[in-house]
Amino acid sequence: MLTDEGPLLVSGPVEVVLPDGSRVRSDRPVSALCMCRRSRRQPFCDTSHRRKVRQDEGG
Amino acid sequence: MTTVLRTSRPRLVEPPALPEPRGPLSAAVIGSLRRGPEILPPVEVTEPYGDDLQLALYCLYELHYRGFAGVEDDLEWEPSLLTVRAAMERVFLDALHDDVSPSDGSIDAVDAELESLLVEPLEARGVSHHLRREGERWQLREYVAHRSLYHLKEADPQAWVIARLDGPAKAALVTVEHDEYGAGNPDRMHAHLFAEMMLALALDASYGAYLDATPAQTLAEVNLMSLCGLHRALRGALIGQFAMVELTSSPGSDRLVRAMRRLDLPDAAVEFYAEHIEADAVHEQLVRRGVIAPLLAAEPALARDIVFGIRASGFLAERFGDLLLERWAEGRSALRHPLPDAPPIRPAAS
Repeated sequence: MLTDEGPLLVSGPVEVVLPDGSRVRSDRPVSALCMCRRSRRQPFCDTSHRRKVRQDEGG
Repeated sequence: MTTVLRTSRPRLVEPPALPEPRGPLSAAVIGSLRRGPEILPPVEVTEPYGDDLQLALYCLYELHYRGFAGVEDDLEWEPSLLTVRAAMERVFLDALHDDVSPSDGSIDAVDAELESLLVEPLEARGVSHHLRREGERWQLREYVAHRSLYHLKEADPQAWVIARLDGPAKAALVTVEHDEYGAGNPDRMHAHLFAEMMLALALDASYGAYLDATPAQTLAEVNLMSLCGLHRALRGALIGQFAMVELTSSPGSDRLVRAMRRLDLPDAAVEFYAEHIEADAVHEQLVRRGVIAPLLAAEPALARDIVFGIRASGFLAERFGDLLLERWAEGRSALRHPLPDAPPIRPAAS
């Protein structure tokens, strides 16, 4: 499933081949793959796509 | 799929010891658990978020999880204890309803509430922010000791709600819970990862070890989960509580990982929060899209309680965070019995 604001949700264990040829495996029932390229835990989502707000903006 | 499980050796598990009472109500409840039902004092006069009520409630809820050493299993359904529990729950819930603003009960209000949790405040105040920036090792260990009351039974309070859901909401909730329980691998179970972290931080990882040490603010957060999990009528609030945790945990976990790396703590300690960065980025999506959306389609009347669950758990989380930050700012422990590496209790100023 492609979410509108964030990651791609993939069911079942997934193995992702990274640009350097290394393989990363996730055994989760569902994995969230980063689409925004901002994650520091590539290729997985770490919620870095979230909007940052200053305290006085509320939220 | 064939997976060889690197299973921890099965071992005998002892239930924890009963805690020390903290007032007349908890003394009567703990006395009843130890010696059989006793006359219980009136609940109405008790401070809703105070140590006495929160500990008494915690002990009664614990009968539904692992029980206590020397306490009969059958007391779980003892009518006199259930009666006093119901009175305490009423006091606790009434206080929460007074302290959090009500929603208009619309589905839009749920969406707006969830939306507000999906932004990251910069320079925010909070325990994980403090620990990332300048937290000390003893403060991090203390935080973990507080958290152990929930995380050593992580996902258990939310498992109660499974039987109360149906269709897609149930399937998605079970998917999240399955991941919490290690997706079939006991060594990846979140409660197990938490215990491993405790051992790596030289803390006592046995279930309930820090019950006597934890203040009412810590107990109240766990009690809210048990309360909402055990009552079908509060299933909406339970889902709200679950959403609150799953939506806010990933960035908070990232800050805790950075705090631990800054403090040069071992990988075995870091793994629990590192796992939660990725896991809760998934769970956030599943809870919003998989659980809440179909649940509201099936039972729109739950909208008000979902918002209540989010706000009540946020309110209690803030009380807990405030306590830790206030005490730490004074150079003091926020545990009732400080860990050995906490600053010594200073003599009163003369």
